[in-house]
Amino acid sequence: MLIDAQDLTKSFATGDGMLPVLSGVSLTLAAGETLALTGESGSGKSTLLHLLAALDAPDSGSIRLAETEITGLGDRDRAAIRREKIGLVFQQFNLIPSLNTAANIAFQARLAGRHDPDWCATLARRLGLADMLDRYPEQLSGGQQQRVAIGRALAPRPAVLLADEPTGNLDEATADDVLALVLDLVAETGAGLLMVTHSTRLATRLSRQLRLSKGRVA
Amino acid sequence: MRRTALAALVSHWRRQKLQLFALLAGLALATALWSAVQAINAEARRSYAAAAGTLGLGSYETLVDPAGPIPVESFAALRRAGWPVTPLVEGRAEIAGRRIQVIGLEFLSAPRRNLPDTLAADTLSPAEIFLPPGIGFAAPATLRALAGQPGLPRLFADPALPPDRLFTDIAVADRLLEAGSGIDRLLLLPGAPDGLPDAVVPGLRRQPAESQGDLTRLTASFHLNLTAFGFLSFAVGLFIVHGTIGLAFEQRRGMFRSLRALGLPLRTLLALLLAEILALATIAGGLGIALGYLIAGALLPDVAATLRGLYGASLPGTLAFDPAWAASGLGIALAGSLVAAAHGLDTVRRMPLLASARPRAWAIVSGRQLRRQAAAGGALLAAGALAPILADGLLAGFALLGGLLLGAALLLPLLLSAVLALGAAHARRPLAQWFWADTRQQLPGLSLALMALLLALATNIGVSTMVSSFRQTFVGWLDQRLVSELYVTAPSEAEAERLRAWLAPRAEAVLPIWKVDLPLMGAPGELYGIVDNPVYREHWPLLAATDAPWEALYAGRAALVNEQLARRNGLHPGDPVSLGAGWQLPVAAIYSDYGNPAGQAIVALPTLLEHHPEVPKLRHGILTDDPQALSRALTEEFGLPPANVTENGRLKAVSLEVFDRTFTVTAALNILTLSVAGFAILTALLTLSSMRLPQLAPLWALGLTRRRLARLEILRALALAALTFAAALPVGLALAWCLLAVVNVEAFGWRLPMTLFPDQWLRLLLLALLAALVAAALPVRRLARTEPSQFLKVFADER
Repeated sequence: MLIDAQDLTKSFATGDGMLPVLSGVSLTLAAGETLALTGESGSGKSTLLHLLAALDAPDSGSIRLAETEITGLGDRDRAAIRREKIGLVFQQFNLIPSLNTAANIAFQARLAGRHDPDWCATLARRLGLADMLDRYPEQLSGGQQQRVAIGRALAPRPAVLLADEPTGNLDEATADDVLALVLDLVAETGAGLLMVTHSTRLATRLSRQLRLSKGRVA
Repeated sequence: MRRTALAALVSHWRRQKLQLFALLAGLALATALWSAVQAINAEARRSYAAAAGTLGLGSYETLVDPAGPIPVESFAALRRAGWPVTPLVEGRAEIAGRRIQVIGLEFLSAPRRNLPDTLAADTLSPAEIFLPPGIGFAAPATLRALAGQPGLPRLFADPALPPDRLFTDIAVADRLLEAGSGIDRLLLLPGAPDGLPDAVVPGLRRQPAESQGDLTRLTASFHLNLTAFGFLSFAVGLFIVHGTIGLAFEQRRGMFRSLRALGLPLRTLLALLLAEILALATIAGGLGIALGYLIAGALLPDVAATLRGLYGASLPGTLAFDPAWAASGLGIALAGSLVAAAHGLDTVRRMPLLASARPRAWAIVSGRQLRRQAAAGGALLAAGALAPILADGLLAGFALLGGLLLGAALLLPLLLSAVLALGAAHARRPLAQWFWADTRQQLPGLSLALMALLLALATNIGVSTMVSSFRQTFVGWLDQRLVSELYVTAPSEAEAERLRAWLAPRAEAVLPIWKVDLPLMGAPGELYGIVDNPVYREHWPLLAATDAPWEALYAGRAALVNEQLARRNGLHPGDPVSLGAGWQLPVAAIYSDYGNPAGQAIVALPTLLEHHPEVPKLRHGILTDDPQALSRALTEEFGLPPANVTENGRLKAVSLEVFDRTFTVTAALNILTLSVAGFAILTALLTLSSMRLPQLAPLWALGLTRRRLARLEILRALALAALTFAAALPVGLALAWCLLAVVNVEAFGWRLPMTLFPDQWLRLLLLALLAALVAAALPVRRLARTEPSQFLKVFADER
């Protein structure tokens, strides 16, 4: 199993005390599987994604990612897991503004020590970025920036792609195109995909859906 | 991994070249001024050490003959009687157009530790040393200047020697000085008996060893002043660095989050940022040291003039590279960058991985932060004010200055914010309301630069007021003090006697200016004797006196002391002052004596002669109606060289020239500090201009032209500079008061009245406005040329 998360709980401190965001959530994701995580705003989707991406730690529960228990790891080991096993796509793209398209795509692969220029070139071509490799993020449209972010996430050939509302900033047609590309590329690499989305229409295009409601699996 | 992450971090600077330039230039400028001052101080210290090395002969007690040179026979007699003495001749000779001080020692009997290294190492044969032309030692630069001159011994370079000194065998020195046979002094070597060798050679006097640290001690305050100036410039430069590094950190918040999210450990990120800062600081520090070397080289002749004018200290005109000050420059560049980056690094360390990637509004500082900063400023002001109460000395004076300047700088943003809020509250038109409110919103982003400007302006006002007050007082004091119309120095006592007799029927009065150098209250001092003449009563600048001080003085019952001696020893009129072993007189009055580092006392001439019959009786002041005619007559009758006959006016001109040169360095550092502050404003405006577009686009959309927006930006820069000047004025005047009433008293021993010079303020205000105008010109030009499409982008979705 690529991801095996059990009984995850997470609360955040607020002015009125602790606010539970996740209460005993469990999920699994197999290699090559695509899973849509849906739910209303505040249901805990992004928090769950952050826990699975080793960006944050749960209050309780366990997460096994590619056979490694990640909940008790320190900063250095969690960073290594993110670098080597996970591809992350953010809603706000989070590209490096001072690097051009080519350098942004290759960036995580270089960090992980797995840079493959041919694969990066393939990704750029497949993502329709081949003729804009010298452009900087500020010179790209929102859809183009999101495609660069997807390329960056897939360049190190991660075991799992975690995407947080990757099409949230895009119009419907562009969102469809981007998702189609993601599904194709994930299928080619054999990675698992977990995508947080508000869109039921997009969620149905993935192999499985999991709906969260008030911090629990609905 | 590290290389990739570092490349990403560095790529920020490739895209933000202006920011990189501001950072490097700010740090390089700051380091340059600091290391220039360090270089000058190091050069001076080396020169003092070298002087102490040769004149370190002054660490021995000496025997002198009040009647003149000691005959060689007397020296031989003393040696035969077992007195461990060695002879020394000393004098100035004109060689190759330079005034060279020639020091002759008897190499065989002189202490080895006082000989040049080449000689002490025994690498020369006795024939080379003692047979003509003999040997001599000089500093490398002096040696080059003397090369090829006839009649000189074979010269060796000795870097330990000060400039314009020639150290040689006593026989060679005798020949160069054309002094005839005779010894100026006999050094008493260790093991010499106490008392005088009257039984062997009667009539000799024993003189105490000179303090080798005199020059170092005397000039310490001057060098401390320079160091303080250097540090101030460095602090001003550091504001630029702090602002630029802070901005670079804020702009890269998103990048830091992405890097960490993509798998870069926090520790590695911090290490890389630290390495980046250290690398930039090393580059800027290196540039700064090179620039500092050039600045020091340019300033050194003025510093040398200052030290010669104030203390009679000799400094070479060229600068030697010293790894110590270069290391100090690099060290302070690294330390300064780390201090400037500490906050940014700590923010990155504490920033949660899931923190907002949106750059925190860099330019927005909460009112609470402003008040906290102002409270720190108030605390610094209070601490500074307490310093002179809790501690004594020059350091307490500088603590007061530091507290005043830094405290005022920290208070500035809150003060400006309050003034701008007041402006906004009173504005009626919408554009004026926006202007005031928007200026207030820009304030946090500009505050570091404005604080730097405040420091530079306040220093400028303070130092200029101090110097101008000093000059005005000095001019008035010179008029009072130079009572004679003509000053004459006779070449010998016999000539002096003839001169007095010749002058008696031709001048209104002849006033002997006779003095002995002696320790006064434990420090080097001078004791003068004066004759009873009304001119002293009418003109001498007394600061405090007992009743009828002149009567007590001329009756031999009291002494006058200068302000320096009185302040250092807490003397008041009526207190006893020690004028030598077993000789005390009450202080009849205290007089001002600006520009003289040494303590001084005056007694009646007969009293001086009674205690010091050996006093050289060569110099005289002459009261006459026609100084020019008398001067010509004196030159003709006695064949005196022009330097020996000086008219009052010429002496005043020379004194003022020395005074003005003394403060040339201060003026140069003033201008350099102001330039750094102007640069700080430029960098702040340039960095802010990159963020201005979203703020200005709505106004453009509402109908304001780009040209009008640009004019408003200029007006904003000018308004802020003018407001900062208004804040700097009282701070500068307080600074001037501190310098005049606290630091000067501690450093030099005199207190000066403070005078205000509004014309200087006006000039400085215009200069500050000009600096702001120049700094605003580039970003405003950029704004005026911004394409409408750029404004439209602000409203577009893709932005």
